[in-house]
Amino acid sequence: MAEAAPVKPTTPKKWGRGFDVRKQTGFTTIAMICFLMLYAPILTLVAYSFNAGTSVAIWEGFSWRWYESAWANVQVQDASIRSLTIAAFAAVVSTVVATMAALATTRTKPFPGLTFIYAFINQPLMVPEIVTGVALLIFFAAIKVATGYTGLGYLLIAHTAFCIPFAYLPIRARLENMDLSLERAAADLYATPFKTFRHVTLPLLWPGILAGGMLAFVISLDDVVITELVKSGGQDTLPTYMLGQLRRIVTPEMNAISSVFLAISIVMVTIFFLLNRKKT
Amino acid sequence: MSAAVAVEAKNVSKIFGAGPGEVRALDNVSVTIQQNEFFTLLGPSGCGKTTLLRLIAGFEMPTEGSILLEGEEVAHLPPFKRHVNTVFQSYALFPHMTVAQNIAFGLEMLGKPKAEVQSTVSAMLKLVRMEELKDRRTSQISGGQQQRVALARALAPRPKVLLLDEPLSALDLKLRKEMQIELKRMQLETGITFIFVTHDQEEALTMSDRIAVMSKGKILQIGSPTEIYEHPTVRFVADFIGETNFIEAEVMQRIGSDGQIKLPSGIVISHPLGENVGVGAKVTLAIRPERIDLVRPGTEAHLSGTVENIVYFGTDTTFHVELEGSQQEVTVRVQNRRGHQEVLKAGDTVGMRIAPEAMQILKD
Amino acid sequence: MAEGKAAHPAASHRPASTFAAQAAAAADRRETRGRWLLSAPALLILLFAAIGPLVIVVIYSFLKKGGYGGVEWEFSTDAWFSVVFTKDIFSDAVTLADAHMSILWRSVKLSFFTTVMALVFGFPTAYFIATRNEKSRDLWLFLITIPFWTNLLIRTFAVMEVIRNEGIVNSILQGLGLIDAPIQILFTDFAVMMGLLYVYLPLMVLPLYASMERIDFRLVEAGYDLYATRWHVLRRVIFPLVKPGVIAGSILVFIPSLGAYVTPRVLGGGRNLMLGNLIEMQFGQGRNWPLGAALSITLMAIVMIALLFYVKNASNTEARHG
Repeated sequence: MAEAAPVKPTTPKKWGRGFDVRKQTGFTTIAMICFLMLYAPILTLVAYSFNAGTSVAIWEGFSWRWYESAWANVQVQDASIRSLTIAAFAAVVSTVVATMAALATTRTKPFPGLTFIYAFINQPLMVPEIVTGVALLIFFAAIKVATGYTGLGYLLIAHTAFCIPFAYLPIRARLENMDLSLERAAADLYATPFKTFRHVTLPLLWPGILAGGMLAFVISLDDVVITELVKSGGQDTLPTYMLGQLRRIVTPEMNAISSVFLAISIVMVTIFFLLNRKKT
Repeated sequence: MSAAVAVEAKNVSKIFGAGPGEVRALDNVSVTIQQNEFFTLLGPSGCGKTTLLRLIAGFEMPTEGSILLEGEEVAHLPPFKRHVNTVFQSYALFPHMTVAQNIAFGLEMLGKPKAEVQSTVSAMLKLVRMEELKDRRTSQISGGQQQRVALARALAPRPKVLLLDEPLSALDLKLRKEMQIELKRMQLETGITFIFVTHDQEEALTMSDRIAVMSKGKILQIGSPTEIYEHPTVRFVADFIGETNFIEAEVMQRIGSDGQIKLPSGIVISHPLGENVGVGAKVTLAIRPERIDLVRPGTEAHLSGTVENIVYFGTDTTFHVELEGSQQEVTVRVQNRRGHQEVLKAGDTVGMRIAPEAMQILKD
Repeated sequence: MAEGKAAHPAASHRPASTFAAQAAAAADRRETRGRWLLSAPALLILLFAAIGPLVIVVIYSFLKKGGYGGVEWEFSTDAWFSVVFTKDIFSDAVTLADAHMSILWRSVKLSFFTTVMALVFGFPTAYFIATRNEKSRDLWLFLITIPFWTNLLIRTFAVMEVIRNEGIVNSILQGLGLIDAPIQILFTDFAVMMGLLYVYLPLMVLPLYASMERIDFRLVEAGYDLYATRWHVLRRVIFPLVKPGVIAGSILVFIPSLGAYVTPRVLGGGRNLMLGNLIEMQFGQGRNWPLGAALSITLMAIVMIALLFYVKNASNTEARHG
């Protein structure tokens, strides 16, 4: 790390440990403050989920009581199941269609419409969530009036749509790192296009698909804005339920729910991180 | 004769791109490759050798012309319907399979029975001496071993022709030399036709039965290694393979197929001439540096000049000699058979004697 | 699957009549069609539940508002008019819509300060990560990524708990005797900005890190060799090299801040609204849908301008670097 000083050390005392060209005064301190800032609120939140008292500020001893009460809360149960259902559906469907789209748009010479497809798929990343939410609200309201259908379908399709780019990106990244010569080798060894896909492309692409699906799942699970605008009555997901609760006096039960939620997200992201790292 | 033909390319052209940016990678190429032959496509990068190989494999379709595999037209068949296998430059081993699974892949795709697959795989593992590593992942073996696996994988389905796309280029020098011998051994043992692509002239000369030298989408000369080296017919071939001196000379007279040729030194020699070379024509002689003998000035010689520069190479010494009467420099290589003797020094005048068969008249 | 095969770069070239060239062109067209078909399911879902509805928003912004929410199918520019102006009910006098303007101004202002603060904190942090050795670099990066992927609402909630009057910050300050009564932080503009900074900081650090990771530190050595001080090296060598990352990070923080909904709602209380909240309010019980649509398009227009600015700068930088 400590490279020899290219500048003549004028004051031997100051440069005593060698001159590190990478060092910038104060940067490490600011970085540490940053990490502290990022984690302190989260850790506080988790800590108070174990509070025995009803306060989220005064520590009254350790207890599991808020986890128990959250577990027993029918509304929470209901919202959790709905959240997981939507996330699972959106993750699976968006990953499947994103995989197909990624296969179609990578490792090719430019073809008419390629840029258009890119732009189309990445569009949800460019538009503010509130705008997409409003647009869906208007559109689905019209459909609701026309068909009378008010089921979960609206949330399912909305989540699937905004999950597509998140599923698409890691799959595409993986595909682009995959050498076409492997598929050529398979074709050279008498594998038909289908068998090539089944025995070579798919197994090699699998970590990317898994990562994309994981990401889509987390993104769907986390969504507040679009869900809040699209949901019909009694279709709360866990985040919209929590958003509603924040208007009231908050008990550590919210901390408990949040902590579980955090744990799920962190596990998923960790898996995603490991999957992505493996390829290099 | 025709029964023994493995691959035939007839008037094959391949154009990449379109309009003003189009690239003619192959320009009306025809070549016939015999069964059981070790045939090499040799040329600098971009000469079209890899394109020709990919056309035979089926990864590209020719723009014009046809490709026959044992007499059958295959130009528009996809690769998985051609009984031809390729050893890729990057090896292209499947990273999610073991060594043995890689070798078995082609056989499984052909739907061979399990027992046959197993016995062939073990035979192949033995052929490339990889029995002990058969259950390793391909990422856990060395470059040289990967090379062997790629070979075994391509040989396992017993293709009619094995295509090798610069397979040795990723190996270090020592390993490359070993593999050259190995490849030749495997070709002899299996009796399969090998078509080998390389830009390394030495590799081509040591392994091939015949070599096709390519440049700019065309085949310039086809012949055995000795023919190619000793009797290049065009300047490119003489220049690309080994080191060559080009000496301008003039045709003075023709007697039958022989001509009287005047060297720059004014000495006239007799040499066989091509049919379309008339009296008064300028011709280029190609002479290998090691085929020139240095002699004392005054003794009988074909050329004479002044030593400009002497470079010692260990096994031999190279003399750069400026020809008398012209600015041209000739390179002469002398083996240090009895150790290096400093008889000559820069500035000395020397004579050069050349055996008539060492002088090759080039077409252009 | 078409991509299992070698691409045919023969492309659409036709040396006039050759059959082979025509066949190649036909094969190309077939391949293009195959690729479109393969993308079709994704495109259709997006058309139905993301892009198509945006078009409807544009249409709605030019309609008359309905009595009980919704719209009446009649062309009207009222909504666009009321984005910027209000008409006095009695005198018909036209004045600037103060409420909208102040919310728009607050949105831009808070987003701008959030971006600047994110840069101030994010730059050193990214630099710190980029200068670690390979192994610990991954860990630090992971630590930045975790909050990025955890629920935004929960992170906002976490900030809320910390800064509320009974929260840990006020408790500590009171405990230390620095203040007598809790400071009101929650439900202020400052709280909203803190929240935005907190939730979007990773979006600044990640692109900055990506551009810093590629810095060739021999250039920095060269800088020092030519008598530059640390400050000079930072300003004249490092900063120009990571400028694309700075721009990307700023855009990535600015855009979602501008459209933020959850953070101002939770941390700003009812008073410190931003554009996102204003838009959402128009779709509440019996409100003004066309106005909401017009405001949405306004927000999107600002975002698009920011993106165009980014694209232009990014391509400039690329052109300069060859």
